Amino acid sequence: MTEQFKGMKPSRRAFLRGAAAVGGATAMGTSAAAQGDPAITELKPWNQFLGEGVDASPYGMPSKFEAHVRRQDVPWLTADPISSINFTPLHEMDGIITPNGLCFERHHGGVAEVDPAEHRIMINGLVDRELVFTMEDLMRFPRENHVYFLECAANSGMEWRGAQLNGCQYTHGMIHNVMYTGVPLRLLLEEAGVKTEGKWLLAEGADASGMTRSIPMEKALDDCLVAFKMNGEALRPEQGYPVRLVVPGWEGNMWIKWLRRLEVGDKPWHQREETSKYTDLLGDGRARRFTWEMDAKSVITSPSPQAPITHGKGQTVITGVAWSGRGTIPRVDVTIDGGVNWHEARMSGPSLDKSMHRFYYEFDWDGSELLLQSRAHDSTGYVQPTKDQLRAVRGLNSIYHNNGIQTWFVNSDGVAENVEIS
Amino acid sequence: MSKFLKKSTLTIGGAMLVIGVAQSAAAQQYNLGREALPEEVAAWDIDVRPDGKGLPVGSGDVYTGEEIWIDKCASCHGDFAEGSGRWPVLAGGIDTLDSERPVKTIGSYWPYLSTVYDYVNRAMPFGNAQSLTDDEVYALTAYILYSNDIVGGEFTLTNDNFLDVQMPNAGNFYPDDRVEVEMPLFSVQACMSDCKPSVEITMLAAVVDVTPEAKTDAVVEEAAAEPVAVEEVAVVEVAALDMALVAAGEGAFRKCKSCHQVGDSARNRTGPILNNIVGNPAGGVEGFRYSSPMTEAADAGLLWTSEELTAFLTDPRGYMRGTKMTFRGVRKEEDIAAIIEYLKSFEAQ
Repeated sequence: MTEQFKGMKPSRRAFLRGAAAVGGATAMGTSAAAQGDPAITELKPWNQFLGEGVDASPYGMPSKFEAHVRRQDVPWLTADPISSINFTPLHEMDGIITPNGLCFERHHGGVAEVDPAEHRIMINGLVDRELVFTMEDLMRFPRENHVYFLECAANSGMEWRGAQLNGCQYTHGMIHNVMYTGVPLRLLLEEAGVKTEGKWLLAEGADASGMTRSIPMEKALDDCLVAFKMNGEALRPEQGYPVRLVVPGWEGNMWIKWLRRLEVGDKPWHQREETSKYTDLLGDGRARRFTWEMDAKSVITSPSPQAPITHGKGQTVITGVAWSGRGTIPRVDVTIDGGVNWHEARMSGPSLDKSMHRFYYEFDWDGSELLLQSRAHDSTGYVQPTKDQLRAVRGLNSIYHNNGIQTWFVNSDGVAENVEIS
Repeated sequence: MSKFLKKSTLTIGGAMLVIGVAQSAAAQQYNLGREALPEEVAAWDIDVRPDGKGLPVGSGDVYTGEEIWIDKCASCHGDFAEGSGRWPVLAGGIDTLDSERPVKTIGSYWPYLSTVYDYVNRAMPFGNAQSLTDDEVYALTAYILYSNDIVGGEFTLTNDNFLDVQMPNAGNFYPDDRVEVEMPLFSVQACMSDCKPSVEITMLAAVVDVTPEAKTDAVVEEAAAEPVAVEEVAVVEVAALDMALVAAGEGAFRKCKSCHQVGDSARNRTGPILNNIVGNPAGGVEGFRYSSPMTEAADAGLLWTSEELTAFLTDPRGYMRGTKMTFRGVRKEEDIAAIIEYLKSFEAQ
């Protein structure tokens, strides 16, 4: 093992290489050796010498021992890293809020670096007054705070044909959950005065892809936000700084980043991202369009392929996240035997509409092989289906909206792997 | 919606405006923002709908489109829109949508021609968006139709005949019906115990083995310290390269790869081949059509020393006004050093 830091979680490969060494380290951690645990008996530098002062890091960063917690891309997925995606490290996280620097990124023309002083938001089309707002204007409207998940419609899209990527970061990491501060879109539209024939809204970004999506007016006037803060600070550039659209519960592509224009019209525009992309090709060669809502879904984040069980048998914590674009998650079931018997998991943390929920299931592991699954129930009564149930309806070519139940196989060493089961 | 008022008048900037009785959503006004000027709306409102709304007056023929295509599009999408590498395939794929490997192209999948015009106009060429004239967009749209066998080689697309073009797959889209079709199927009592007699593993991700290795600082250090890798590469290389830097440069070079190729099988694409570039005269790659400022600089004896390359890569268009390299520049100094070291590893053998 070439690990620099004792106690740091090994990468999957390091773990596979050195499972025995890990076992040894665990023994030292939990039972005192003859001379006592050096973590206790030896004087550590941080016990003795002074640390950095308050002027050392005006914008704080995580501990150096957490350097392995990072977004990760899959180079073979896309032609280049500019129109591409990376993944949230769900396996390293807990609670329900995603830290801003770990929120997955999906760009179609790279990260636009927009100067807020030169940014404008225009409302045009079927309105009484075509308007232009500065960022300062925007911040004078009444604002609201809401926690919402944003999931890419293609999350788990690589798994339609079967288990492919080893890690929940890759299978489920096109999602993040943050608190947004923003102005209800309704207020901006009311300021412009939507004409009665205005049934659709086109939202457009200021980036080099000129991203556009059509949104039905009913949704626009319901719960959408024009947001400028995430988790209390300004949006990150990669999340649309200075302003993005928030479309709660609906696929992430609609949450236009670097939002610069809202056009009201009487029909949808059928833009590239709602025809060529983000339409769901079914088995008969026809395709569903305007599949906006994200179905209820869950995944066990630990143990998982990147977060194996390293402590051996005994008390073990299973944890994961669940969410639904149609409401809250009152219940998640967990199985450790591949779905023969299920147990109701313990929900912990706030249960908010269209937000991630955290669940736990603690048990005494006897060291035998496990087949772990979680199954979300949402507030409409919908129960997360198996992958085979989904395939029976949609075939294998849908790409988008794969919310099937995920299975992790855990062997007696605690190593976890992405599998499919009967 | 609590704030709806039956309001008939309101004040904007001191002027009294009468609001039509047809207005349904008369709500609280904050008198924020200002009226958009017609020329401002025209500058941004470039979207085109399937019914033709938003189409500018213009025209372009297949032949003209092909010339523009070869110059600006073929490096990624192939000479005949067949695609290159992992860049999108735009032609072919007819009758594959219900097959095991559907090929979703403009001809086989896209329901509306307006989407082609709109998207090319707003987002292409990749890295130089909104640089095409209306007639060029018409011509490229005509060429894409031709490459999909939807029109003949003599075809000219105009705003007048635009709506006559029928896309083959237009009828095969239907609105989301998950609420009707799937919700009843999946909203049933869940089994909790003895749900199945046995369980078998049917598929393992490890067999496919496409999971990327986690990139962490620890792993990078480990890789750089692997003596085997260094020796293998060192045999091929002449100069003593900093192999850790070369490895870092390979990663940083990914953003360059959309336009530039390196290595034995490299071809000129949007940008020239970058073998033998460091320390050599600028503008010297055979068969590449450089911008005139680059040609002039080459004639004046510009050498791509590390210093010159660093300046160029930091701010291409600031360094050389008029360069064809539309890339914005590499922000991190260490990335530039790494890219240059990586390029050094593609020198004459």
